[in-house]
Amino acid sequence: MSILVDSESRIVVSGLTGQEGTFHARACATYGTKVVAGVTPGKGGQRVDDIPVFDSVAEAKRKTEANVSLIFVPARFAADAVMEAADAEMDLVVCITEGIPTLDMIQVASFLKGRKTRLIGPNCPGIISPERAKVGIMPGYIHKRGSVGVISRSGTLTYEAVWQLTKRGIGQSTCIGIGGDPIIGTTFVDALDLFEADPETRCVLVIGEIGGTAEEEAADFVKSSMKKPVVAFVAGRTAPPGKRMGHAGAIIAGGRGTAAEKMEALRAAGIAVAESPALLGETVENVMGRAR
Amino acid sequence: MKIHEYQAKGILARHGVAVPRGEMARSADEAREAARRLGGRVVVKAQVHAGGRGKGGGIKVAAGADEAASIAGKMIGMKLVTHQTGPGGREVRCVLIEEAVDIDEEYYLGLVIDRATERPVMMASTEGGMEIETVAAKTPEKILKEQIDPIAGFQPFNGRKLAFGLGLPASLAGKAAGFMSALYKAFQSTDASLLEINPLVMPKGGEFIALDAKMNLDDNALYRHPDLKELRDLHEEDPLEVEASKFSLNYIKLDGNVGCMVNGAGLAMATMDIIKLAGGQPANFLDVGGGASAQQVENAFRILLSDKNVKAVLINIFGGILRCDVLAKGVVEAVRNVKVRVPIVVRLEGTNNEEGGKILRDSGLNFTVAGGMREAAERVVSLAGGRAA
Repeated sequence: MSILVDSESRIVVSGLTGQEGTFHARACATYGTKVVAGVTPGKGGQRVDDIPVFDSVAEAKRKTEANVSLIFVPARFAADAVMEAADAEMDLVVCITEGIPTLDMIQVASFLKGRKTRLIGPNCPGIISPERAKVGIMPGYIHKRGSVGVISRSGTLTYEAVWQLTKRGIGQSTCIGIGGDPIIGTTFVDALDLFEADPETRCVLVIGEIGGTAEEEAADFVKSSMKKPVVAFVAGRTAPPGKRMGHAGAIIAGGRGTAAEKMEALRAAGIAVAESPALLGETVENVMGRAR
Repeated sequence: MKIHEYQAKGILARHGVAVPRGEMARSADEAREAARRLGGRVVVKAQVHAGGRGKGGGIKVAAGADEAASIAGKMIGMKLVTHQTGPGGREVRCVLIEEAVDIDEEYYLGLVIDRATERPVMMASTEGGMEIETVAAKTPEKILKEQIDPIAGFQPFNGRKLAFGLGLPASLAGKAAGFMSALYKAFQSTDASLLEINPLVMPKGGEFIALDAKMNLDDNALYRHPDLKELRDLHEEDPLEVEASKFSLNYIKLDGNVGCMVNGAGLAMATMDIIKLAGGQPANFLDVGGGASAQQVENAFRILLSDKNVKAVLINIFGGILRCDVLAKGVVEAVRNVKVRVPIVVRLEGTNNEEGGKILRDSGLNFTVAGGMREAAERVVSLAGGRAA
């Protein structure tokens, strides 16, 4: 098992005909993912490799039974693309696009309420269930199938964490990049809830960073509702206040959202917090060893 | 993007939010003229992107035009130090000359995006004039919060809830709600990420007025506000950060001596953290992006090395889509072109990392190739002169 995506997932790529869309859709397909359709308004009828392109997500779904949408369109069109995918009743929408205005995302969040569609991202590397499906831009080969769930607000730091696990022979059930923006579709809590219910997952690694209160909410959830062991890391203990550290959501504002207070909240919930980014794999190994 | 008080008040006025009459001035003469036009007592306010200006001597009352000119003359060019500027202070390049307003009651009003509820939230408090962070820490019950439905927008009842919550009499609640509604309109139509009125005042028998205004705009939305883009004041930003932004490099200057070059924001933060754990101090945050072409690496080196505090550089790259051998070639080329004189520690992980390491070692240049993140951090800290005090 895995969460959200597996070998049965059928992917439609919005922005398939763009340079990035084509490149990453190919990489997903090469990994073994079922990339069944692309959407670019006005380019319906074309093909990219063997993948048919449609004018709308609804048409792509009707003709290919796609159930997961992967979005690469530019920031100014991305909110529209997410809502189109939700309107077409996709099960899951993964939005890679970085730089979407916050007020656009607020509209999207409001639009998604009461609908069946789950959004991952935006501004994220996507989701992968190793050796089954890769729906995103992460390098596939660093992953290995196994029993650790990974949830992260970052991209390359997630790859770093996964690689540390894989090199120790520890595989992953599913790895989700939830995104570095202030408004995101799937939160740490949402993903923790799914991993707690997933029989394949035995331990969860949470990679947070400065800004907001998502880590504190995760800590509360782990304490109140989880039996599986959780390991965490929080990036940005040396980040200065008031500066946006690359990600739109990574900012210490009004003295709140520091790494120190997040680490404290996580520890207080009984979570093993890795002090150093070099110790992510080791900490997971120790915790899993103890839980065995 | 941060903007000045006078710019924020200009935006507010255009959206029907009452602000004191005022003019921006860049010299003592301009200040005198502005004060003369306004007539009577005026306030001279230093325009810098930092709070706490009053305590630092950046806000002064003048009885008339000549005094306003004299105050402005001293203020313009001075380094204003507040708790938000750091010890170096910020140079005052212009002032806002504003009519003096007799203050009766002071309130706080703020608009931010609440991440947890994914909605704009308006905050109101009777503790106007105080730092809202202090109020939030000491007496959180004195801050009222009202979530705003993003589709319906700000409704009169939202305003009445806040107004009655502040203890305003019914005769003023409607006025307050009207002010708040206009404020929300200004927030929403400019894609603001923060809008604070502190204090909001009501002169005796008059209307609510925004005595101060702090406004931040969403960088990601500036493409649809070309007029607001023009409000960016490069003098308020670190020159190196401005230079880096020209190359789409995400660079933030810090005070340490270990320069860092990393792909990805999360890994860049983690790299700064591990330098600190190894006993050193990072000189910067730098995300070269996922692509990290040879040209980008070269630009990054130029920016990094313009900071004279940098004694050694750590390059930490996780090659995924980007192959380490391609990156290594770029690094070698950039180091040759830029004539880097400080030691460089490189840690490559991911696709083709072995080949990448070989290219660096065979280049004849001064590279230390490290195996892991911890080793890399320890090596670079020692090369930069050892553990920080």
